[in-house]
Amino acid sequence: MTFHARHLLGIEHLSPLDITTLLDLAEQYVTLNRARNKHTDVLAGLTQINMFFENSTRTQASFELAGKRLGADVMNMEVAASSIKKGETLIDTALTLNAMHPDLLVVRHPQSGAVDLLAQKVNCAVLNAGDGRHEHPTQALLDALTIRRAKGRLHRLTIAICGDIAHSRVARSNILLLGKMESRLRLIGPPTLIPSGAADWGVEVYDDMAEGLRDADVVMMLRLQKERMDGGFIPSGREYYHRYGLDAAKLSHAKPDAIVMHPGPMNRGVEIDGTIADDINRSVIQEQVEMGVAVRMAAMDLLARNLRAGPVEVMV
Amino acid sequence: MIDFYMVNATLIDPEAGTELPGGLHIREGRIAGVLPPSAQGPGGARVVDCDGHALAPGIVDIGVKIGEPGERHKESFRTAGAAAAAGGVTTMVTRADTVPVIDTPETLEYVTRRAAESTRVRIAPMAALTKGREGQEMVEIGFLQDTGAVAFSDGDAVTTDTKVLTRALSYARSLGAVTIGHPQEPGLSAGATATSGKFASLRGLPAVSPMAERLGLERDLTLVEMTGAAYHADQITTAAALPALERAKGQGLDVTAGTSVHHLTLNALDVGDYRTFFKVKPPLRDEEDRLAVVEALASGLIDVISSMHTPQDEESKRLPFEEAASGAVALETLLPAALRLFHAGHLSLSQLFRALSLNPARRLGVPGGSLAVGSPADLVLFDPHAPFILDRFTLNSKSKNTPFDGQRMQGRVLGTWIGGDRIFPTPA
Repeated sequence: MTFHARHLLGIEHLSPLDITTLLDLAEQYVTLNRARNKHTDVLAGLTQINMFFENSTRTQASFELAGKRLGADVMNMEVAASSIKKGETLIDTALTLNAMHPDLLVVRHPQSGAVDLLAQKVNCAVLNAGDGRHEHPTQALLDALTIRRAKGRLHRLTIAICGDIAHSRVARSNILLLGKMESRLRLIGPPTLIPSGAADWGVEVYDDMAEGLRDADVVMMLRLQKERMDGGFIPSGREYYHRYGLDAAKLSHAKPDAIVMHPGPMNRGVEIDGTIADDINRSVIQEQVEMGVAVRMAAMDLLARNLRAGPVEVMV
Repeated sequence: MIDFYMVNATLIDPEAGTELPGGLHIREGRIAGVLPPSAQGPGGARVVDCDGHALAPGIVDIGVKIGEPGERHKESFRTAGAAAAAGGVTTMVTRADTVPVIDTPETLEYVTRRAAESTRVRIAPMAALTKGREGQEMVEIGFLQDTGAVAFSDGDAVTTDTKVLTRALSYARSLGAVTIGHPQEPGLSAGATATSGKFASLRGLPAVSPMAERLGLERDLTLVEMTGAAYHADQITTAAALPALERAKGQGLDVTAGTSVHHLTLNALDVGDYRTFFKVKPPLRDEEDRLAVVEALASGLIDVISSMHTPQDEESKRLPFEEAASGAVALETLLPAALRLFHAGHLSLSQLFRALSLNPARRLGVPGGSLAVGSPADLVLFDPHAPFILDRFTLNSKSKNTPFDGQRMQGRVLGTWIGGDRIFPTPA
């Protein structure tokens, strides 16, 4: 094992070896999760707190299930609903948490960098479950695991990420991860949804789906949030679907065995055609959800091992 | 009666552009004579031996935010004065973006009175250009001028209504009042906390194109051309804005420009992992912009270096980057930070003090900025080479939000005089 980090705040600070270590361990948890008895005790005695400053059903459920299967005591805190409204600052929240002696803290926050800030102030291991538009590392890891299982490797693949890149932490983490693993990345979307400076990230940028999808091995669709559809960033939902929604015609430009991914929740008929999402020969969307639990188990297991090893050389 | 000799100094003369050994005779608060290198002062006279260190006109700092009225927990006239004295700043040109806004002669009188009873450092107050800095109605420019306002500025609240701004500029022109603008297109820069580009995008921060500054400046300069007003741009921080500035000056418009010491010495990457002490307004720029601005300062296209001293308490900075307050304290770090440009070989000491002292004093018609006979004896004595590591908790400002915490700096203020009185270090 080579994974020495104290926290999992982003893909940015992980090495390719860290990533491989995480994915290899996650494979073992995939096997466990498919067995009749899905329980181990590697986190027994440890306390995991899920703190979501932003609503999330899927990610929170995935972390909760991961913690429970590993034997941790799991608590969900709905922060969005409570203390923030009373004017408590993030630092105060961190101090309150410290007093509860958690071992693992899973945090989602609507602002970029907020999870880093929290991690500086608490004594436990912190897992970033998404901060603003910055990073969502476990999503990128579960996407990587899904791709690796489908394609047998993570290098020398052509991977197209399509849609609202600008507002997407999923895109950022995926770009970092897949870049580190030496795949070829393409970003496709209208210029209003491509972040400035993206061309300097070592990716190719396209505003045309047919061109961008040509010979792609992996097509990763992103969710387009409703509030972006009303003329602010794109003229309308229907024009977006026409130009950027993934349908059979557009997908035909990718390789015949290309897989289709989506981090969910999907807007059928906005960014993806329902029949493609449901096509078991192309879509790996359900598998992504399954991999999510396994990857989160692996991440928490590794961080807990580092916790138990005591204060070692900390590499955030 | 104050009558003494400062001998054995290196005189930094921004007017002559020289750095020569010599001394000064100070009498009744003014510079009464410039002494030759070997002069030791007449027998029996009070003498300050400068030990060969640099003696320059005190810094005139345009754009100092003081928390009075409204935010005295962040900075008071007393603490700002102490910081200024320790930083070699002899005149603070204070901002009007207080709570309430300084937009009436009455509020301005309060400020002047509070300043006078709190600090020996000279205060040259600015007033808002529009009431409440809301960009709708102009303030009583004439009355405020009579009360002592040296310039009119809404700070970073850009007036979007060009008709209002045009009228205010025309009216200000009739009174010879200088208007200070914040060149920034408010639509593009709304909500931005970083300069757009690879770094901001990776960090997921809402960002503004550097072009927003050029767009804001071009608009302001067009209105200056229309009205003939005297205009100073508070901070030019991007390469893209420089040609417009150069053109306006070439046309003979009454235009000057400043920049902040932070934009001269730091760049966007310094934000690193969301370090909020590096959040300033406008946001830090790319290195190419920083270098272009340094070059423009050296060539004289940019006239003034300001600290843009903006005290913020710990609570307003210990927040996620987007939520955290903007601004940095800099009265005390202005000189050592600006000296980085000297040590890097970009500017000579006399060039540096043109931008720190002479130009801002001249632009606003306030005393100081000169070593000429008859000028007020507002002086700073410093060792440009003395190294130190900055510990933010040693700063005199009430707020400690400096981006230079823990950094290696060079340049120590050894003494500050105002009107011939030594105010730093405080005489025992």
